[in-house]
Amino acid sequence: MNSVFAIAGLVVKELQRRKDFYVLFVLTALLTVLLGSVSFFNAENIARYLKDICLLLIWVSSLVIAVTTTARQLPAERENRTIFPLLAKPVTRGQVIAGKFLGCWLACGIALLVFYLFFTVISASREHVWHLVPTLKAVWMHWMLLGVLVAMVLFGSVVFTAPSSNTTICFIVIVGILGIGRHLHRVALDQPEPVSTMLSVIYFLIPHVEWFYLPDFLVNDQNIAPWTDCLMASLYGVAYMAAFLIAAWMRFRRQMLSV
Amino acid sequence: MKAVSPKLILFALGTVCFALATLLQPRAAQWGGRAQSDNLVKVFLGEGRRLFANHFYTQADVVLHSGYYPSIFDQARRNMKSSALSGDSDADHDAHESPGETQASKENDKHDHESEHEKKMAFLQEPKDWIERFGRKFLITEHTHLSQDKESEILPWLRVSAELDPQRVETYTVAAYWLKRNGKLTEAEQFLREGLRNNPDSYEILFDLGRLYSENKHEIDRARNLWTLALARWNSREAGKTEQDLSAMEGIAVHLATLEADAGNHDRAISLFKLAMKASPHPEELQARIDELRKHTSPQP
Repeated sequence: MNSVFAIAGLVVKELQRRKDFYVLFVLTALLTVLLGSVSFFNAENIARYLKDICLLLIWVSSLVIAVTTTARQLPAERENRTIFPLLAKPVTRGQVIAGKFLGCWLACGIALLVFYLFFTVISASREHVWHLVPTLKAVWMHWMLLGVLVAMVLFGSVVFTAPSSNTTICFIVIVGILGIGRHLHRVALDQPEPVSTMLSVIYFLIPHVEWFYLPDFLVNDQNIAPWTDCLMASLYGVAYMAAFLIAAWMRFRRQMLSV
Repeated sequence: MKAVSPKLILFALGTVCFALATLLQPRAAQWGGRAQSDNLVKVFLGEGRRLFANHFYTQADVVLHSGYYPSIFDQARRNMKSSALSGDSDADHDAHESPGETQASKENDKHDHESEHEKKMAFLQEPKDWIERFGRKFLITEHTHLSQDKESEILPWLRVSAELDPQRVETYTVAAYWLKRNGKLTEAEQFLREGLRNNPDSYEILFDLGRLYSENKHEIDRARNLWTLALARWNSREAGKTEQDLSAMEGIAVHLATLEADAGNHDRAISLFKLAMKASPHPEELQARIDELRKHTSPQP
């Protein structure tokens, strides 16, 4: 277990060293503050448009950080040949997968905390109210979604040869699920066979990460589902994380590592 | 040959670039029919900005409904063609507040409109499976509208929509309605005037501007001039069309007729009420108004 945490620690440090997070955070903060300074019809206490844009930027940034950070982990180790001394420690391939996953997921969690802290400050400065519990729920669900995404990208990095193709495919999949995931089953009803069956199968196979997408609740000050439902959804997310990680490990343990 | 310093070359190239820029800039503004007054958004997005304008207009509607809004799939299923935002605002409120109607018919219309709106927004069907059923817990499923102190939250999206598509008349009239509701009369007037500058032939904006002067600022003469102009614009734009915008004409004619009747110009008021009768869903009420005016006009025995 120590090896897993050691590898995870290295991944977190890598994110700390790289510029991706800082650039995205500064961009998010800059755009939000700039838009916050605009006056619309001299109306006061307008907050929702700002919260909407800030959350959109946070979501885009977090997806970019999660996908790009995870997609380069294993290919970079192989390309630099650092995977060989790592596996000679001795560390098993399963521990490498678990460590990389944990590191990327934790790194995303740290980035999320910083982003949402900024969002809370901006939101409270406009509305003069702290919506702490809904924000905590939204952060938790967002982190769970990133967990599924990180596991999916990690699986992609042992399937696809280049990180660029993995990144592109994972982005398309995740945006597709967020956009049309919950409608697939009903769309299937209007389609002829075999498209209808295919869409239904896809609907039941894909991880329904749209459950974890809750910015609308924060923007419109609506009550988010109770913690018990959030935990149930989290269990669903953990099951998909495990499935992707096991699939990644099964593929990785038989893979030739020489480039 | 003596080598020239790279710094000197760089300086010389910079000077040439600057000189060329000053020479070409006035001509470049005319290329492709692009005027100097074009803003950055128009230059970058071209005509595609109208699509974004539509998106932001819808976003205002989403905010008004606190996030409860049909997706494109729900809309396709329910065949929702008209916007709930415009359904909530001016066009329908105009119909409700038409001075030609009695209180009872206003109440009936309002009730019908609300139940129709509720029906339109009931887009969520029974869940078909456990995924959909559980997913509803993470979806806004309650149809609510913003409270009055929060209604200004929709304004930024309408402002952006107008920036992107200045020819979209509905954006100006809807924004002006909500601005008036929030007591921002100056801003409403400025925004309507901006809309009029961008759409000089719009009888809708002229009508709304007239209402603002009549109902909020009590400047009757200005309202009369604006509504007279609106009626003229309606005639010039709608004449010859097979499907005319009759409800707009009715609104303008009834408001102008009421104003004329109050001013004692009964003959003019009667002719305007007659004009409105052609389009009114309640012609009997307008006929009653005409009869009443005729009683005042006819000489006493």
